[in-house]
Amino acid sequence: MRITVNVNGVMLEAEVEPRLLLVHFIRETLGLTGTHWGCDTSNCGACTVLLDGEPVKSCTVLAVRANNHEVTTIEGLWSGTELTPVQEGFHVEHGLQCGFCTPGMIMTATEFLERNPDPTEAEIREAISGNLCRCTGYENIVKAVQWAARNGSTQEVGA
Amino acid sequence: MQVPARFEYEVAGTVGEAVELLGRYGEGAYLIAGGHSLIPMMKLRLAVPDVLIDISGLDDELRYIEEDGGALRIGALTRHREVLESPLIRERYALLADAERLIADPLVRNMGTIGGDLANADPAEDLPAAFVALDSEVVAHGPDGERTIHVDDLYVGPYETSLDHGEVLTEVRVPRAPGGSAYFKVKRKTGDYASAAIGVALTMNGGQIESIRIGMCGVGNKTLRATGAEEALTGERPGPEAYKRAGDIAAEECDPIDDAKGTPEYKRDLVRVLLARTVARAVERAEVQS
Repeated sequence: MRITVNVNGVMLEAEVEPRLLLVHFIRETLGLTGTHWGCDTSNCGACTVLLDGEPVKSCTVLAVRANNHEVTTIEGLWSGTELTPVQEGFHVEHGLQCGFCTPGMIMTATEFLERNPDPTEAEIREAISGNLCRCTGYENIVKAVQWAARNGSTQEVGA
Repeated sequence: MQVPARFEYEVAGTVGEAVELLGRYGEGAYLIAGGHSLIPMMKLRLAVPDVLIDISGLDDELRYIEEDGGALRIGALTRHREVLESPLIRERYALLADAERLIADPLVRNMGTIGGDLANADPAEDLPAAFVALDSEVVAHGPDGERTIHVDDLYVGPYETSLDHGEVLTEVRVPRAPGGSAYFKVKRKTGDYASAAIGVALTMNGGQIESIRIGMCGVGNKTLRATGAEEALTGERPGPEAYKRAGDIAAEECDPIDDAKGTPEYKRDLVRVLLARTVARAVERAEVQS
């Protein structure tokens, strides 16, 4: 099936098999390997991307479902000159150890802070509860999100 | 890598078209909305559809939360997140907000739909138990038009409903807001299904429980209604003794299996404890309301 998807602000057309999962479309068809492919069972959230601005687990979405929709991946956050406040927060607060969960965490946190720019710690923990860090580095991930909240994370992302 | 088996893919532009496509392709055709139960099942080959009929684009027809004439109507494509965040739900149908907060995780709740949740009929799924407590009915559209099915008659067995193959579940209706309601669940971790969960909706009158409905999930081969416990509480003054009596009855009304989530004895004990907590919370909320 032929699909047209707005990926990180660029309209792309591709011929895909209906059973192709969005995560594999992003990584293999488009070569955007910033989105990680983890548990394959919609548990870990490593594959989180924004679909029409909302974080979703792309291992559990068909690529054809994104036809005529907007997808934002971690690559789409890069302005060309600087990191976003959430990315900066993960850097400053050492919000990553092995880094595998990081793109998913950042996509989830980015959308979360748009809706809730001044969250409590409990709200942050709830928001990232669908993203697993197997290094168990949650303390610093929470601090990274708090850093971003303090340092202005309300910029719009997406197309 | 887990990938679904090959299938044909159709997109329905209207509910009518979805019904027509279901009729054309027959038993091998499945509807897909949020896909967050179906796609994992397809990866595991627990579901092997020949054709997927995508109804996720029917937002205009099927995505709404409305209350008119005192009745609540939720469209099948409404997302879990929207139910959780709805002020109307939080104020008047609190058990739905309680349940939603504990369903899967925030990302899954962005995709998962109410209709998909109800039609999937997982015995450990939360919303069926919550809607059983709310005395709800679902609306189904089929080749012969529209009919309603009461939730008490919807669940037949694991992943099995009384919907005909050619029907699309389009809406769930709650006839009236309860006086008070609550939902409690025990799960091992975020994203897990219920080890046991209970939903209660009740009305109070003169300090007594006037009417009550109790839904249970995770403790049988389908969504259950604890009718014996309901009878034991009807007309009673709320309190620990009444809760204990009803809890003992509910624990006998369920039929939990032995699995990684615990032994049947453990789950029956959860039912006893959860029943007391849930009824107490619903009573508390009913008293605040009145």
